[in-house]
Amino acid sequence: MTVILSQSFTGISIGAVLLLIALGLSLTFGQMGVINMAHGEFIMAGAYTVYVVQKSIDSAGTSLLISLPLAFLVAGAMGVLLEWLLIRRLYARPLDTLLVTWGVSLMLQQLARDIFGAPNVNAQAPSWLSGRITLVDGEHSLTLAHSRLFILGLAIAAVVALTLTLRRTSLGRRIRAVVQHRDLAEASGIATGRVDRITFFIGSGLAGLAGVALTLVGPIGPTMGTNIIIDAFLVIVVGGIGQLRGAVIAAFALGVLQAVMEYSTTVSVARVTVLVAIVAFLQWRPQGIYTLRTRSLA
Amino acid sequence: MLEITELVAGYGRSDVLHGVSLTVPEDGVVCVLGHNGAAKSTLLRAVLGLIRPSGGRVRLDGRDVTRLPAHRKVRAGLAYVPQGQQSFPQLTALENLRLVADGRGRDGAHALDEALDLFPALRELAGRRAGLLSGGQRQQLAIARALITRPRLLLLDEPTEGIQPSVVAEIQRTILELAGRGGLSVLLVEQHIDFALRAAQRYHVLEAGRITSTGEGGEAARDRVREALTV
Repeated sequence: MTVILSQSFTGISIGAVLLLIALGLSLTFGQMGVINMAHGEFIMAGAYTVYVVQKSIDSAGTSLLISLPLAFLVAGAMGVLLEWLLIRRLYARPLDTLLVTWGVSLMLQQLARDIFGAPNVNAQAPSWLSGRITLVDGEHSLTLAHSRLFILGLAIAAVVALTLTLRRTSLGRRIRAVVQHRDLAEASGIATGRVDRITFFIGSGLAGLAGVALTLVGPIGPTMGTNIIIDAFLVIVVGGIGQLRGAVIAAFALGVLQAVMEYSTTVSVARVTVLVAIVAFLQWRPQGIYTLRTRSLA
Repeated sequence: MLEITELVAGYGRSDVLHGVSLTVPEDGVVCVLGHNGAAKSTLLRAVLGLIRPSGGRVRLDGRDVTRLPAHRKVRAGLAYVPQGQQSFPQLTALENLRLVADGRGRDGAHALDEALDLFPALRELAGRRAGLLSGGQRQQLAIARALITRPRLLLLDEPTEGIQPSVVAEIQRTILELAGRGGLSVLLVEQHIDFALRAAQRYHVLEAGRITSTGEGGEAARDRVREALTV
């Protein structure tokens, strides 16, 4: 029983990282419909932000706390630049967007290699995140790593902040309006181009936060974003395009399934099982967990 | 107030509007009549800037606004009620209205209240998602949303199309009331000839992107318009 609980917790923490990445994608891909293959490199930018900040500030704790907002800003700014330079010209051309952003992704990876070198680097975790909480002591002990709890907390905070922004603020209403009906939003006096840029800023900034979280559980490298971005896209598809609630459920479900299968089989078998489960689920429910319910899509 | 000169617009490389000229005077109501596919909606979309015109001029109070993006034209005093009872389906009815009211500062709340007074049914539906409203309710929502911007010129695209007769009468009554208040000009695109001619002081018949007939509004023009549309 403790083993299942322990693996479930590991799965939840994997799901929390996936969720942080998927939250950004839920805006740029799920809501705006932009397949941004460079989203993974915004994660990388967030992670390298921690590395750079730690070079100038000795205290790992202080540097982590500074890195969180800074990574959000750095990745957000990169997203805005990408949207302004390229993506806004390609909104009605998804295949072109995919290819262009894939090219940008490769360029950003190379840029990271040129600046930081090809080998992975590490960021030091603060001392207050290196411990563990033991819930059940004895032969079958259940321990929860502080770092993974921190990531879980960060993901929950990001979900709450994003939900409140989208549901309760004027900016959130504008974002949802532009996503649902761009022409009508423009005809209602909303500067849709500006809203696109803000949406991209938030979505990309969330990827930066995910990058900070990843530094707590693994090394920092030029391809770290690429390795996880496909999983995040799967979370969005399984959750239902543009559905935040669906993304939350899908992220944790996929994380737990992966962790439990990894324990009972191998990493490769677990990976295949998760993909087969997703294919089977989408055969049964192609629209994902949640879907838009209207009398008319107008 | 609004002066459209030789306006040419279309989709991709195909023009469907071929040099349309008309004016809407201050406090005046002008209607554009025509069959499906005559480019009536294209005309309104081009005037607002949702389609970039490939030729001609749109002037608002003498100022050339042809190339101005739609949201800036809305700020300049234009409002648009598109065809097909369009709304933001996942936003509640109230959110659909607040969305526009938010951008108007302190006056926004007041304008929102006035719009709800005009369509009291929307108050009871405030918390319901717009996508779940009936066609008539969505059209009322669309007109209310446009009015919150306190427009000086309202572009109405077939406001009564596809709506149950009881609500059509109410919407027509509201449009006539708005047009009669003063301070608001209306460019109305309609297939419903009787209503359009009752509301408008001037009509234009549009066929295949060209104005083929023009005249004074009013019920006396009905036979002339029917004849123009039959030819």
